[in-house]
Amino acid sequence: MSFLADNFPLLRDAFLTTLALTVVSGLLALVLGTVLVAMRVSPVVALRGLATFYVETFRNTPLTVVFFFLAFGIVQIDLQFPSRFITAVAALSLYTAAFVCEALRSGINAVPPGQAEAARALGLDFRQSLTTVVLPQAFRTVVPPLGNVWIALAKNTSIAAGFAVTDLTATLQRLANANADQLVLVFAAVVVGYLIITLPSAWGIRVLERRLAVLR
Amino acid sequence: MTSVLFDVPGPKARRRQRLGTVLGGVVVAVLVGLVLWRLGSNGQLDPSRWAVLFDTRTNVPQRLLEALLNTLQVAAVGMVAATVLGAFLAVGRLSDHVWVRVPVTVVIEFFRAVPLLVLILFCFLFLPQVGVSISAFGALALGLTLYNMAVLAEIIRAGILSVDRGQSEAAYGLGLRKWQVMTSVLVPQAVRRMLPVLVAQLVVLLKDSSLGFIVGYLELLRTARSLVETLNFQFGPIYTFQLYVAAGLIYIVVNVLLSQLAKAIEKRTDRSAKVAATTAVDMTAGTPPVAGDTQRV
Amino acid sequence: MRLTRYAAAAAALGVVLTGCSSEAGDQAQDAAENTVEVQEDVSFEAGTTMAEINEAGVLRVGTKIDQPGFGLANTEGTPEGFDVEMAKIIAAELGLSEDQIEFTETVSANREPFIQNGQVDIVIATYTINDTRKQVVDFAGPYYEAGQDIMVASGNPEGIEGPDDLAGLNVCSVEGSTPAENIRTNYPEATLTLYDVYSKCADDLLNGNVDAVTTDNVILTGLVAGNPDAFELVGNPFTEEPYGIGLTLGDTEFRDFLNDTLEQSFEDGSWEAAWDATAGAITGEPAPEPPAVDRY
Repeated sequence: MSFLADNFPLLRDAFLTTLALTVVSGLLALVLGTVLVAMRVSPVVALRGLATFYVETFRNTPLTVVFFFLAFGIVQIDLQFPSRFITAVAALSLYTAAFVCEALRSGINAVPPGQAEAARALGLDFRQSLTTVVLPQAFRTVVPPLGNVWIALAKNTSIAAGFAVTDLTATLQRLANANADQLVLVFAAVVVGYLIITLPSAWGIRVLERRLAVLR
Repeated sequence: MTSVLFDVPGPKARRRQRLGTVLGGVVVAVLVGLVLWRLGSNGQLDPSRWAVLFDTRTNVPQRLLEALLNTLQVAAVGMVAATVLGAFLAVGRLSDHVWVRVPVTVVIEFFRAVPLLVLILFCFLFLPQVGVSISAFGALALGLTLYNMAVLAEIIRAGILSVDRGQSEAAYGLGLRKWQVMTSVLVPQAVRRMLPVLVAQLVVLLKDSSLGFIVGYLELLRTARSLVETLNFQFGPIYTFQLYVAAGLIYIVVNVLLSQLAKAIEKRTDRSAKVAATTAVDMTAGTPPVAGDTQRV
Repeated sequence: MRLTRYAAAAAALGVVLTGCSSEAGDQAQDAAENTVEVQEDVSFEAGTTMAEINEAGVLRVGTKIDQPGFGLANTEGTPEGFDVEMAKIIAAELGLSEDQIEFTETVSANREPFIQNGQVDIVIATYTINDTRKQVVDFAGPYYEAGQDIMVASGNPEGIEGPDDLAGLNVCSVEGSTPAENIRTNYPEATLTLYDVYSKCADDLLNGNVDAVTTDNVILTGLVAGNPDAFELVGNPFTEEPYGIGLTLGDTEFRDFLNDTLEQSFEDGSWEAAWDATAGAITGEPAPEPPAVDRY
């Protein structure tokens, strides 16, 4: 047990890195995903096409490949991110945004057409009816799928370990190599780190789902 | 649905939109041009660099094809196992018996919450310690299965709950037992209804097979990296970009094909369900219609 | 084989499309072959690991597939390098040919479990002998003494002569590796960037994201060989990394056998031949003095 006590600062920092990656990328992905879904349902064909292309590309590419291109690929077009943490945030949020967009779209499709019709009949334009009527309702019905995206994001941050971010998984590799005789403890500690993020999230999502559920 | 959000554009709006489309198109074209220009000036568009992907003398195309087959193999095993187990878990979680419901819920929540990377490593390193020998393929397939069965269980459960109550009531009314109602009425409809979400998850599974690098399974991405390392050593880093682009494109193509296949299946089952419904009408009364409520999917 | 035919067809199409062939294809050639004479007449006491392996007709070896000179998969996927040659020498003493060696990639964090779980018979994978590892596995050897060194951009713009010059600079290595831990503990003023493989470090040094890459000199030599115009080795090793052969803890008979085999290969020239054909071919330098086997 002294092993865990000795390495507690290390594990705590790693946990905080993982948490920061998840929260920052999650927020950015939510913003970007909302913009994407607005494009996907917009009247302008070009915007729809662009958003669809974006979503299909990122949804079908492994996250590791996205990471690779943002870390080493964009150097070929003479660009670079200021730090590896920012690279990881960019990769995670660009990737997750595609899934946020899909979750929101399923939510928009679930809002009864009558709602949008009523909004239009009241004279609201596209932007108004989307932002004041449809999206607020969509956000409610998408709590479970968005929650799943969030949990998936928390776990996907582990890919950043391979790209110079000292998160929980990187610490797993470090401690596992340095303490070949304590593998079980190392694993347990790291798994608990992830569970601290994911389990309360799952529970919170369920509560939120019940609170916000629209009765029809 | 989307069309309800805006009017059919009038001539003025149409002109505006056209202008917007043209402007947007120009911006995109300029961006793409810039990227290609920078790539070109860094020598990345040199045809001989791309030729390595097709030159059999280098063994690169053979290795990539072999790696793709490895990826598809492990993904296929994972998909089938995860779907079957997921369906069982979904039914288990809806069970009336606490001693079934609680453990099933714990299993689902646990496997949903642990990163796949850690799960695969765990299978690989610890199962042998308790006497179960496992290969890299086995560990990867098992990890993918455990994680995705939990996710799929939740999807199927949501599907089951979304089937009209009338369906199960009618089935009970016909005197079916609970498991019969589940297996012959609710689960089939749930799976069909959730097909798009299910397939999206299967695409995720296929992509996640790239985490096999952690146990040294030579799937597509690991093989691409291995080739990069070998060619880097012999020729310097002149093929890195090309090999990763190739790997990325192969994933996209395979996954888009998978989604298309799902759409085709969806259309087919939709049609056959309708046909079944009509034939059921033609048959003598008393034959229960196989599946009724599919048009709304 | 059907697979090859499809690939060939696709390749023909590709070459036609791109209208020219690749440098890699033009230079495709077989690497220098180093053959080891297999012992025909071998007999081992029943019950020993040697007898078991000999009987099974297969030696399972864990090795690296991404380290030039020691263990690097060629484009066909077969590992090549000094570690692989050492495996051949050991297999030969066990009465097995090189076709009877089954190589498995060892990756970070699985070398000890691999041995403990019996998934491989031995691990030869630039595997440094140290005390924490000795608690869970046994080591034969060392068969090579490496040392931690530093790789910099060619011309050495920062003027790095040794680890003390790393203070305030960005240094790249692999998470969990011994060299990374060494920098962390003994040279805390250096900023560490840690990836999962060294090839990413090389990319970062090329992009100017880091000022130096540090790990065992033999690994760096392989990286420099890939891009001699861009990289150079400082060439001032500052640690001792004895590479050993990992085996099951407590299997003394097998360890003695491996140590005997190593000593014999030091004497009869097969060790030197293995070096010259692999790592030595990269550096162009003659084989060093073989290290003294440590029968702890």
